[in-house]
Amino acid sequence: MRRDVVTSILAIVVLTVLLGLVYPLVITGVSQVAFPGNANGQKVYVNGKLVGSKIIGQAFVKPVIAKNGKPEEKEGEVVTEPDPRYFQSRPSATEGGAYNAAASTFSNRGPNDKATEKADAENIKSYLELEKPYDPGLTTAQIPVDAVNTSASNLDPEISPANARIQAHRVAAKRQLALGVVDGLVSKYTASRGLGFSGEPGVNVLELNLALDRLGAGA
Amino acid sequence: MTVSGWATIVLFALILTALALPLGSYMAKVYSGERVFLTPVFGWPERALYRVLRVDPEREQGWKSYAKSLLIFSLAGWLLLYLILRTQNAFYVPHGVNPLGYHSAPWNVTFNTVSSFVTNTNWQFYSGETTMSYLSQMIGLTVQNWLSAGVGIVVAVALIRGIVGRSGKSLGNFWQDLVRTILYVLAPISVIGAIVLVSQGVIQNLSTYLTAHTLTGLTQSIAMGPTASQLSIKMLGTNGGGFFNVNSAHPFENPTAFTNLFEMLLVLILPAALVFTYGRMTGNRRQGFAIYGAMMAMFLGAVVVAYIAEAHGSPAQHAAGLHTHAIAGSGGGNMEGKEQRFGIAGSALFDVVTTVTSCGAVNSAIESFTGIGGAVPFANLSASETIFGGVGTGLYSILLYVLLAVFIGGLMVGRTPEWLGKKLEAKEIKLAGLGILITPLAALFATALAVATRSGRASISELGKGPQGFSESLYAYLSQSNNNGSAFAGYTGFIQPNAGNVGSHGVTFADVLGGLVMLFARFGPILFTLAVAGALVGKRITPAGLGTMRTDNPTFVVLLIGVIILVGALTFFPALLLGPVVQGLTGHLY
Repeated sequence: MRRDVVTSILAIVVLTVLLGLVYPLVITGVSQVAFPGNANGQKVYVNGKLVGSKIIGQAFVKPVIAKNGKPEEKEGEVVTEPDPRYFQSRPSATEGGAYNAAASTFSNRGPNDKATEKADAENIKSYLELEKPYDPGLTTAQIPVDAVNTSASNLDPEISPANARIQAHRVAAKRQLALGVVDGLVSKYTASRGLGFSGEPGVNVLELNLALDRLGAGA
Repeated sequence: MTVSGWATIVLFALILTALALPLGSYMAKVYSGERVFLTPVFGWPERALYRVLRVDPEREQGWKSYAKSLLIFSLAGWLLLYLILRTQNAFYVPHGVNPLGYHSAPWNVTFNTVSSFVTNTNWQFYSGETTMSYLSQMIGLTVQNWLSAGVGIVVAVALIRGIVGRSGKSLGNFWQDLVRTILYVLAPISVIGAIVLVSQGVIQNLSTYLTAHTLTGLTQSIAMGPTASQLSIKMLGTNGGGFFNVNSAHPFENPTAFTNLFEMLLVLILPAALVFTYGRMTGNRRQGFAIYGAMMAMFLGAVVVAYIAEAHGSPAQHAAGLHTHAIAGSGGGNMEGKEQRFGIAGSALFDVVTTVTSCGAVNSAIESFTGIGGAVPFANLSASETIFGGVGTGLYSILLYVLLAVFIGGLMVGRTPEWLGKKLEAKEIKLAGLGILITPLAALFATALAVATRSGRASISELGKGPQGFSESLYAYLSQSNNNGSAFAGYTGFIQPNAGNVGSHGVTFADVLGGLVMLFARFGPILFTLAVAGALVGKRITPAGLGTMRTDNPTFVVLLIGVIILVGALTFFPALLLGPVVQGLTGHLY
């Protein structure tokens, strides 16, 4: 008994130092030397300013300006609307505004819940309102599921290629670019399946939007 | 459903088997005390640890002595972790390891969290990035990821020694088994795993949270931290507790489809390899192959059902007018609560991998799975970790079922049951039966209590109406009793108005009941397993005769699967009908 107690106390202290300090700090050291970009979150800078992480989704929305010239607020939060010049990320339901990367959360919408149906129907409506003027043939049946359903992390950096192709009509019109140019960028920033067979192809929305901005700046 | 989806599933099973075979042989050598290729590297640290810990590795322990060491060690770990988590912002904690100045969670949530990590469950009522300091994650949670995994494995090893033991009472030495598990098995794979994960985009730093200025002029705060080191052992040890709240769905915790595959391999590699270790150590590798066959058959069955159900889409999607079949440029299916980069197949496979084992990691929201797709994790948990199961836990769980199957087979042919040359008698069967029953009993009693009382129903989420609310409660206690840790995440035991625990409080009923269920359903079966090992180890081995029922042929595999499904179905079917099955079969909206 006594022997086990002494060994247990020694073991838990020694192993905590080895596995809780030495192990994570060694991994941190190796990672910071060998893969500093990845280890620090693949930060993206524009003109020296941090604009986000390449693999964390963000909202491409702007504040709605009320008649008095100030940003409109509802229940203490600034009301936003999609910025039509940019490709839009998937719907996100993180607390404190969409794409809050300091507090990831599941939406936990059940498969047989009326609330889920309602959320889906609202997202379909906003998607059609935003895209249909620029893609007149668009019907509900053609909307890809990822454009309506929230992701698991609510921080998904990608959208499906089908979703991007539909949005390309709007972005091309708003930026006065040929559709072919925007479609070309979509193809360029579409990642193929992992190892060629695993997962789904996806378009990185932040990278695509940055490329569009660069195109505008160069022209 | 797509060709690439099915290809992912088939290739995963093949790669897993190919890696598990050699690892299983390697582990058999480690636990038999033979020299392995890592002995030159770890030989001297191993001896140094014995000296520091004042352990005599040659001291042989009977089952009671082995159990005593295990329990006292786990208790010491429990107390230290509680202390660490409750003094998260004490004056002596340097700012650099708690950059956001997070306070400690209240006692009830901490009781739940500590019990959860010490029992290899990793059920999480808390959210990593809004409650835990980097120091708590490192010296608290990461350490128990290692140790609880080690404890599970040594119990399986002790049981194997009991089965094959030829004389005497010894099951080996707990401390020697634990040190060898950490050094020769967990450490090399975990270190390599962490580096591979960082090379693919998982973060590993001690920076404070980033503030980004987005393209449209908003600000975005982005959580950081030492993720890869915890992630690697969380998967390898079938722990499953995410660094971030959304676990392996977070892009920093699972950035690509490749890391998704890699993480799934980390989860299953040890449970799969241990089956082959068992075959090796019994001296008849076919014993291992038979069990592996039974596990793999049930595993693939579960994957197929989950994939088909999720690809079909949910009633809510269809009612809203969405078309869920695959079209050019979109895989379709139930993408609510799923990430684009994994798609339906990568999410369904991950879900099955982590619910057949005791790894509660998730890469998609299980609560948003369709009725039938969500019934799959329920069914996996109902099998009580016999389909691969947790590290060590899985092997000793299925071996108890093997004992039961041999007994039932013996009754059918009217002979005294024999297993690997040892006669099974009333004592072993009683102990194994009790060991098997504890987990389901804990799950069902706790669920009944939780749905029948007001304080229990307080945990059901606002959205969880009708069968969904029942599913949330049942899943919570099923997951905690199986030491799994995945969740229908709407079920809550912790209210936190602001990040950092200021003004937060726990839901005492759910926190305490859950914590007790985890402790009871972890250490109860461990004690019965060690007792079975102790009862078997002294038995004489008689050579197999003509009438001996073989435990290494397809007939036995079918019998074993039958027993597992029978026990699981008889125990849980009535409860499952009320939740996921009703949703899956009716398509009704609540």
